[in-house]
Amino acid sequence: MLITKSLDSFGRYCRFLWQCAAVPEKWREFFKRYTDEIYKLGIDSIPLILIVSLFIGSLCTILIKLNINNPLLPRYAVGLSTREIILLEFSSSILCLILSGKIGSNIASEIGTMRVTEQIDALDIMGINSASFLALPKILGLITIMPFIVIICMATSLFGGYLICVLTGIVTVDTYIYGIQTAFIEWYVWFALIKSLVFAFLIASIASYYGYTVQGGSVEVGKASTDSVVMSNIMILVWDVILTKLLLM
Amino acid sequence: MIEVQNIKKSFEEDGHRREVLHGISATFYDGKTNLIIGQSGSGKTVLVKNIVGLFKPDEGHVLYDGRDITVMDTRQLKELRKEIGMLFQGSALFDSETVLGNVMFPLMMFSGMSDEEQRERAQFCIDRVNLTGSEAKYPSELSGGMQKRAAIARAIALNPKYLFCDEPNSGLDPKTSIVIDELLSDITHEYGITTIINTHDMNSVMGIGENIVFVNKGHLGWVGTKDEIYDVDNDDLNNFVYATDLFRDVRKYRLVHGYNPGK
Repeated sequence: MLITKSLDSFGRYCRFLWQCAAVPEKWREFFKRYTDEIYKLGIDSIPLILIVSLFIGSLCTILIKLNINNPLLPRYAVGLSTREIILLEFSSSILCLILSGKIGSNIASEIGTMRVTEQIDALDIMGINSASFLALPKILGLITIMPFIVIICMATSLFGGYLICVLTGIVTVDTYIYGIQTAFIEWYVWFALIKSLVFAFLIASIASYYGYTVQGGSVEVGKASTDSVVMSNIMILVWDVILTKLLLM
Repeated sequence: MIEVQNIKKSFEEDGHRREVLHGISATFYDGKTNLIIGQSGSGKTVLVKNIVGLFKPDEGHVLYDGRDITVMDTRQLKELRKEIGMLFQGSALFDSETVLGNVMFPLMMFSGMSDEEQRERAQFCIDRVNLTGSEAKYPSELSGGMQKRAAIARAIALNPKYLFCDEPNSGLDPKTSIVIDELLSDITHEYGITTIINTHDMNSVMGIGENIVFVNKGHLGWVGTKDEIYDVDNDDLNNFVYATDLFRDVRKYRLVHGYNPGK
């Protein structure tokens, strides 16, 4: 029963994506909405990203310092480990889990409200492909802005670690900087950026699907918003494992 | 003219199929206010959604001046929809757009007009529904009646041949309801539109019902005009028409004085 239901939902999701993949009716309107979405979904999220990244970077540095007491390990291991955690996992996966809460619920509730107030029916009646009109700019907008968000997150997190070194002196600044430069693998940055593109697609498309298929009223919109965040999180974790296996091993 | 031929529609409910429309046939005329009336749950909205193509009927045909919407492919349906305007029960104005933005929206998507021409046409429609001065307001800043008028302006922006209105008076006070009814009636006659209004408001029926289709429990119950509706030998229709004390009193008064409020 659960398998049948899941397959049914997956089929509907694929059909929704197929509907979204249509060529926009008016390119001018599409680009207007696309740039609006980049601003709304991406630029508006930057304050949250800065705060979260700064604190997580600081925390990573403190916790790694606390846990690396072995005298055989060099002191610069603090910077090195902080960098690896941030590049490999935090800046893409954990950040996207956080953003799926903010952006995913925003998208699902916006489109869901349009559904229950018949605004989507109004688009359909006008002969507009409502799925493509509403969801495509959001999906492409988030995919476009996500790599920049990830880069901002990486820089801010590493700066958070630097700041904690300056403020508390748990590791000297020179050692920390030496650590974050040591054994640097450029591919890890690309790895994070590739993952972020996939996660951006998952967040925007899953949230749009849940919003678009809402039936009922405000209670159902709230439920769809929550469900979209839960499903996005699960899918991000599943794809995190898959992509890590494919790209790093 | 829109012809509905033997429309049947059912829905899946708890593993069973529940038939909502049991083969309805009706004709809706150009330049007339065509009303679909019936009690809540009688199948009016399902019928309208089948006519506009939001639902696909299980059986039957819907002909728009001879063009069958039930067999159209996506491209043909898209073309036909450019000729259709619709006023939704909740107005369905786009929250993120102003009144002007809402009215300009279909023009921007489909008209091929320049920005200036779109603005002029939208302003004309806004003036036509007496919303001059509210162009820069957002839907949340408008009263229910103003929202309905803005939605009518948007629906007529592309000069539709067919106008559908789902419960246009729901949530409005009687005076505003009359304003909306008169506006719909005027627009219908002025532009020769085939207007189909889905309502259970008897005041609308008596005010603007030129061609009335009564739907009862998914069946076609009766077809006629507002002048004929008082003298029909149809229990279901009479139960609907004379559901309120006011109309029961009108009936008594008519029997004594021969007064017809529809005239």
